[in-house]
Amino acid sequence: MSVLWWLVTLVKVGVIFGAVLGVVAYMTLAERKVSGHIQLRLGPNRVGPFGLLQPIADGLKLMFKEDIIPDHVDKVIYLLAPAISTVAAFAAYAVIPLGPPTDFFGLLPEPVPLQIADVNIGILYIFALSSMGVYGIVLAGWSSNNKYSLLGGLRSSAQMISYELSLGMSVVGVLMMSGSLSLTRVVEDQAGLWYVFLQPLGFIIFIIAAFAETNRLPFDLPEAEPELVAGYHTEYSSMKFSLFFMSEYAAMFTISAMAVTLYFGGWQGLPGLGTLGIPPVLWFVGKVAFFLFLFLWVRWTLPRFRYDQLMNLGWKVFLPLSLLNVLLTGLGLVLLR
Amino acid sequence: MEQFFFFLFAAGAVISALLVISRRNVMHCALFLVLTFFFVAAIFVLLKAEFLAAVQVLVYAGAIMVLFTFVIFLVHIPRTEKIRQTFRQKNLALALGLLLGLEVAYILYGTMAAPASLPAAAPVGAVGNTESFGVALFTRFLFPFEVVSVLLLAAMIGAIVLAKKEIDR
Repeated sequence: MSVLWWLVTLVKVGVIFGAVLGVVAYMTLAERKVSGHIQLRLGPNRVGPFGLLQPIADGLKLMFKEDIIPDHVDKVIYLLAPAISTVAAFAAYAVIPLGPPTDFFGLLPEPVPLQIADVNIGILYIFALSSMGVYGIVLAGWSSNNKYSLLGGLRSSAQMISYELSLGMSVVGVLMMSGSLSLTRVVEDQAGLWYVFLQPLGFIIFIIAAFAETNRLPFDLPEAEPELVAGYHTEYSSMKFSLFFMSEYAAMFTISAMAVTLYFGGWQGLPGLGTLGIPPVLWFVGKVAFFLFLFLWVRWTLPRFRYDQLMNLGWKVFLPLSLLNVLLTGLGLVLLR
Repeated sequence: MEQFFFFLFAAGAVISALLVISRRNVMHCALFLVLTFFFVAAIFVLLKAEFLAAVQVLVYAGAIMVLFTFVIFLVHIPRTEKIRQTFRQKNLALALGLLLGLEVAYILYGTMAAPASLPAAAPVGAVGNTESFGVALFTRFLFPFEVVSVLLLAAMIGAIVLAKKEIDR
């Protein structure tokens, strides 16, 4: 591990972290813009050209708001919860490959992977982190000592556990085909054909479970406004509230990057056509942008599920279907190879 | 370097494990247990057993403990803190603790006396220990693996039967 390796890794960490923060900031604007246009409004357009400086204004506002810690909370856990949420959401990028190894136009003596760490358990690492993200929400709900927050936290823990199962099982199909848990290997394997064509059922389960995992509509029961005020973050104000907000968008970005990496060939170009002269990193960014838009689109289109519907769907439909997907994949692999 | 981190994580694991059994607030106990699992996972990483580390966090900290917190949610904590603690299983606990201590001492003595007799660790790096773990599970340890599967299935059916009785009533 030379000095250069440390330097390159530090730069990669800094750049990726900065990029994710930027994406999160502008996703809040995109959300308001997209929702505006879906509802035949314009969305924010006063701060800067086309409202482009809105996220900065929002950030400043949130930072200077009064930070209230209610009297009756479990203080340590109350303060810890937003931190857990944020760390779990942001740490997942470490293993997602953004592009093929590159030497940055001859700047570096040898090509470096466009990924912070290629660990051989990449997928499990992301799942482990996302299961830690649950604690942020659950603990926020519990430590606030508020009935609405508590109900939000309760719903969240049940919902996340249920859908994590389907999410994990749907990915097993991909793992069986690639034969590796390393995300770099999974992407390299899709040079010929994206896995979405071989795993259509798995992909559908994955993307629906992803909506439930990130608490987005139609599955945002932990913070359902009409029933629970604001759910688990009712008692949070100022920057602590915005940390929850940021981690929701960061989690959306992670799961979109996962969907692209696992099912849509990561940084690979179109199957059969190659990259068409567009840099692989842009392919990756473009595909992720599509999924981020899908998240917004669905939120402003579909109504919220009822809690019992959510549970029935998770356990009685998606879990059996994902098991069937594993069975079919195994059968296909045995018969076709 | 590696030894320093081992002692750091080991100390963390032991201290948080002690806090699990000494805190009065059950939620704090559960969270210290999660912390213990993390330190153990860190030790697995030091031993180059990344798969075990990830599964430790995913299954124990991520799934089982979340269900624990789910139950603790429904407990009124200030009331539980007033309950007098009892310690009726003192003799049994002492006997079992002694047995465990002897076992550990025996294993430690065995490895220190003949370090060469340890089975060579599976080669890691090129193949990745997930693969070697899977191969070992389906060849050498197939029978115990199947036994555990049947056990889990039985437990699952048992849970359903118990829950169903409540629903029928």
